Amino acid sequence: MGYHLNFTLIWRNFDKLAYGLVTSLELAIFSIALGIAIGLSLAVIYVGGGRVSRSLIGMYVEFVRNVPLLLLVYLVFYGLPTAIDVAYDATTSFVATLSVYSGAYLVEVFRSGLDAVPRGLIDAGKAIGLNPFQRLVHVRIPAMLRITLPALSNTFISLFKDTSVASVIAVPELTYGAQWINFNTFRIVEIYLVVTAMYLFAGYSILLGLRRVERWYGVER
Amino acid sequence: MIYALPFLLKGFVTSLEVSAIVVATSLIIGAFMGLGVAFGPTPIRLICRLFSDFVRGIPILVLLFIVFYGLPIIGLNFSPFLAAIFALSVFKTAQVIENVRGSIGSISRGQMDAAKAIGLNFPARLLYVIAPQAMRRFLPPWINGVTDAVKGSALVSLLGVNDLMNSIQQVIGRTYDPLPLYILGAAIYFLINYGLSSLSRSLELRFAYIRE
Repeated sequence: MGYHLNFTLIWRNFDKLAYGLVTSLELAIFSIALGIAIGLSLAVIYVGGGRVSRSLIGMYVEFVRNVPLLLLVYLVFYGLPTAIDVAYDATTSFVATLSVYSGAYLVEVFRSGLDAVPRGLIDAGKAIGLNPFQRLVHVRIPAMLRITLPALSNTFISLFKDTSVASVIAVPELTYGAQWINFNTFRIVEIYLVVTAMYLFAGYSILLGLRRVERWYGVER
Repeated sequence: MIYALPFLLKGFVTSLEVSAIVVATSLIIGAFMGLGVAFGPTPIRLICRLFSDFVRGIPILVLLFIVFYGLPIIGLNFSPFLAAIFALSVFKTAQVIENVRGSIGSISRGQMDAAKAIGLNFPARLLYVIAPQAMRRFLPPWINGVTDAVKGSALVSLLGVNDLMNSIQQVIGRTYDPLPLYILGAAIYFLINYGLSSLSRSLELRFAYIRE
């Protein structure tokens, strides 16, 4: 075997990977923020809504959860602009896709979280004279967020990994940076060793950080 | 689009093949490694733990590229189809390990002790006491995870395997009309996965009576 590992070319182009990692994190953060907004509002509508809104939300959740992310990414980036008159760049399109994708998972998380808020808390809110809307904003949602924190951080980690799919529509994130360096230097083994290490390091750092937040803010059990 | 249907059907069959092989392989290997995590001696437990944490820490897409482009230097020269199956199996095995570990962990220690007390040896304890109870906890999340394998199988198109996703792309390359084909593809994936997740839900309901 005449293959010698040579990392010099990787370090020379390391800025591509560093920016890529930052972009991956940005994609994940924007998507989870939008996903939380989608998930939270739909969960509130689901819990308080009628049959029609429930089945519509159910359809959205089932559709998104049962279709490959890759297909959704293609559908939004290549498919939608042919039908409706919109133009967006790859990054916007991917963030939109991933938000809708994570929103579908988070609706379920928040819905079961709202169900898990202890009855006594809501009754206590009633007792001090809060109206239903105030109970929702000041009692149920804060309590629900603390309950769902572990599920939220798991969703965030898996979103961070899912950002690698953005490379197929040329969003300059970590996997795309890896492919770029590979096409230009052909040091494919080295590049994937480095990128794997970066994904693992970033992923587990986020995990540790979020676990700390959970201990500090989450519900003791 | 009508003319493309037989072609898409071929891709669909490939997708199913990939998913089925991946699910079967990962179930067998994952079950053993899961048992290794639950009951194995420390070194085996550590190795299985490391494997699972490593695989679950990197994106499937990166895993696919590592297997297809990276492994040839240690002499493992896979065809795209085999590389896809290998990478997805590794990914799915890690999930199965967690499913197995979780379902065994949910059984109270007393069961194991009681089985020991009536003199069963380890395989018998596993087979007659632990497995029947753990199965109920294992099946729903595992079947749900099968949908991940089907969804993950769409990524193998990026290695050039002619699966459903790839045949859709090829048809679009000729018709330049992406939307209907993507919607058709989404519908097909949806039908498979929705069937699987409904099965998982109904099993969960059937087993819902078990509450300690």
